[in-house]
Amino acid sequence: MTADIAAILAVDGIATGAIYALVAIGTVLIFTVTRVIFIPFGDIAAFTALTLAALDAKQLPGTVGLVVVLACMACLMEVTSLARAGELRAMPKAVLGYLVLPLVAVGIVWLAMRFNPPMQIRIVLALLLILPVAPLLDRIVFRPIADASVLLLLTVSVALHFALVGLGLMFFGPEGVRTEPLTSLALDIGDVHVPGQTVLILTAALVFSGLLFLFFDFTLLGKALRATAFNRTGARLMGIRPARAGTIAYLLGSLMAGVSGILIAPVNTIFYDSGFLIGLKAFVGAIVGGLVSYPGAALGAFGVGILESFASFESSTLKDVIVFSLLIPVLLWRSLATQHSEEEIEE
Amino acid sequence: MTRLQIRLIIAAVVACLIAAPFVLNPFSITLLNYVGIYALAAIGLALLTGVGGIVSFGQAAFVGIAAYSTAWVTALNGYSPWLGLLLAVVLTCSIAAMLGLVTLRLQGHFLSLSTVAWGLAIAFLFGNIDGLGEHNGISGLPPISIGPVALVQSWQIYFLIWAIVAAVLLLCYNLLDSRIGRAMRALRGGNTLVESLGISAFQIRLLTFVIAAFCGALSGWLYAHLGRFVSPGPFDASMGIEYLMMAMVGGAGSVLGGVVGAAIVTLLKNSVQDYLPLIAKGASGQLEIVAFSALFILFLQRARQGIVPFISGLLPDLKLSRPEQAAPLPRREQPAPGTPLLKVSSVQRRFGGLVAVNNVSFEVRSGEILGLIGPNGAGKSTMFNLLTGALRANSGEIKFADRSITRDPQFRIARSGISRTFQHVKLRPHMTLLDNVLLGTYSRTRTGLLAGALRLNQAEEASARYEALQQLERVGLGDKPFEFAGNLPLGNQRVLEIARALAADPTLLVLDEPAAGLRRQEKQKLAELLRSLRSDHLTILLVEHDMEFVMSLVDRIVVLDFGSKLCEGGPAAIRSDARVQEAYLGGVA
Repeated sequence: MTADIAAILAVDGIATGAIYALVAIGTVLIFTVTRVIFIPFGDIAAFTALTLAALDAKQLPGTVGLVVVLACMACLMEVTSLARAGELRAMPKAVLGYLVLPLVAVGIVWLAMRFNPPMQIRIVLALLLILPVAPLLDRIVFRPIADASVLLLLTVSVALHFALVGLGLMFFGPEGVRTEPLTSLALDIGDVHVPGQTVLILTAALVFSGLLFLFFDFTLLGKALRATAFNRTGARLMGIRPARAGTIAYLLGSLMAGVSGILIAPVNTIFYDSGFLIGLKAFVGAIVGGLVSYPGAALGAFGVGILESFASFESSTLKDVIVFSLLIPVLLWRSLATQHSEEEIEE
Repeated sequence: MTRLQIRLIIAAVVACLIAAPFVLNPFSITLLNYVGIYALAAIGLALLTGVGGIVSFGQAAFVGIAAYSTAWVTALNGYSPWLGLLLAVVLTCSIAAMLGLVTLRLQGHFLSLSTVAWGLAIAFLFGNIDGLGEHNGISGLPPISIGPVALVQSWQIYFLIWAIVAAVLLLCYNLLDSRIGRAMRALRGGNTLVESLGISAFQIRLLTFVIAAFCGALSGWLYAHLGRFVSPGPFDASMGIEYLMMAMVGGAGSVLGGVVGAAIVTLLKNSVQDYLPLIAKGASGQLEIVAFSALFILFLQRARQGIVPFISGLLPDLKLSRPEQAAPLPRREQPAPGTPLLKVSSVQRRFGGLVAVNNVSFEVRSGEILGLIGPNGAGKSTMFNLLTGALRANSGEIKFADRSITRDPQFRIARSGISRTFQHVKLRPHMTLLDNVLLGTYSRTRTGLLAGALRLNQAEEASARYEALQQLERVGLGDKPFEFAGNLPLGNQRVLEIARALAADPTLLVLDEPAAGLRRQEKQKLAELLRSLRSDHLTILLVEHDMEFVMSLVDRIVVLDFGSKLCEGGPAAIRSDARVQEAYLGGVA
């Protein structure tokens, strides 16, 4: 391997790493606030790419059906549980939040599609459409077991991923998509050719992590989220509703995953099941940060991206084997560095 | 229910299984073959996940390693399937042992995540190794032959599959009712509990892990020779979660749950494949996985326990007979009264900048009750954890019976004769009182894995059971030995912990705040029990908050304050000591 090749691989790896970093930050966000290790984040990213591709092709994306189905289910569950608790006054708000708002998003996309919007608008529409998915899944799948152990939540999360892969095939079909590049500009640093897309990916990753940082440090809502992450019961006593904090965390996380999906779509062909590997690799990165540190997660994700890039140069068939095998030493290191409480064990 | 009734039910089930091939059509037999094969993998997972508390997503990888091993031996190299079985078992178990050595020190969800990692890595390997057919797989595996008979027809291999399932079930039930099996059942109670019984938690976890892999290996071997073809697909991550689903649906806590879960999932899947096309034409393949995952999620939300525990809860309780008198277990020699037993010399423990225990020295003499007291934050709990090995001292030495235990792991300290109880009671709530106390006899008994699974060491088991019953009677809980520990009130749970500690035949009993949370009468009973133990020449170290309880009971007291030893002496001297009064009541104005 020459220095040139190494440089090219490194640039490539940083680009991939930035995409993983966005998903990894979302994973950490969800884990700290809700204790759910949300494996399906990769699927959210892939679905965003597929949505954008459908919008590009002037078709109604499968996400529309997905959101409508999920919204109906979530609304039904919320209304039933409210009715059981006898809290009839909260009903209109529940219907608004779980049914009307997602349907408004769908409606906006449906309307906007008639005017052949330019690419920037299509990207916004794709993000708008994907945003409700994770919060709705949270209501349907995780809310009923919010107090279960991390392990049970993880098992449910893995099962949910498989359900989403099936739904993805149903709503998007088996064809892979690759969207048009966001920019054709390129940059030359010394001898190394850096595509504009790479610069864009890196910028987006930095901007969104920066925004998240500002949100956490300078808004009351962000502080409430951090409080929930730190101590659920304590936060609840302070009048913060963990369920609401969870919804916001899922929304923010989905935004990160969605952006990463849009960034990766012009570089890699995305299929309905591509999300799993994106999610898992991001997750490897998140574990480097112990699932609690945002900078750690981002650094880890860049590490995974670079490792993958070099591994695929050495042996393209074994790159995934290498990446996942490497997770074990990382886990060992994290497990040793973390103090575990004995209370975690479930009867 | 009596044992006879249970035997009759088992006989009826076995008769049905034997009759099945003569009654059912070939397709149903093939289905049953797959149920049996999946059941083997699920039984292993039920042991690992339900009994041992290690949620593994990687069982499919073990099945795959075995299937590929036997395919390589038979289809590619032309040897007998029995040689394939040998390689399958040896390779699968060695890989499991190696993975276990590396990953089983991980805790909680980190461990489960590592199973996702190696499960995926191994699954990717199957499709990418040269010489193993890559993504096309290996075809042309020979059928298994027993003597001259080749098991070609599905009804022929049916008998082999279900004979293996029955044998594995029987061995597992025997194992779980033996010394090693009880240790496996204790794993979910946490490392501190397991190690305090003189059991190396890591060793037992590793054993459980390898047994689970062994079950997976049997499953993979049969799978390869039933279909006569292997490819990467059936061993990927989604199959890993399907096995987990089988084990959990059946009831992960019971090995029978593995069989029931495998049957339900396989038959349900089959009928889903039949009926889904009627509901949604053309989309059935996709719907199948969606329907399945949705059902699994619903199941985890609503009925985490699983089917077998649910049904056995409906059945009348099994009538068990009290253990009969048997040869006593060997006893430790108790040191002469008055000789120093435990010697703590200038022990220090820091947490970052905080010195929790600072140069503390004291000794415990044989035959006495020593109280270790101090106000909140005095370092009592840290001292306790140092003595039992839950924490390591930064400097200083702890000697027990003239041997340094400063650097020993918890289980070794427990084996050398220090038994402990816990401030927050750590019992196995779903095990009987007798089984809980039997856990205490672990370090005094020898029965190994095979002897336990084959019921070869019944004499020792009888002695251990009798010993456990005697300890229950000694503490006054002998009337209901088959009650579940979780059903006892707190006071009796503490007493049960003492019985468990006594079953280890300790020379030193260390009690962590035994009176905390007890009512007045319960405290009096506890004090009486401790006095009677002292009159049996047992040495007791008591870490306690309750002054009244301590003063009326102990021979000597050591007072800690802010991590240092304040003073020591008899109860009366301590009570009148100005420094102690100041530490407890604040400065005298």
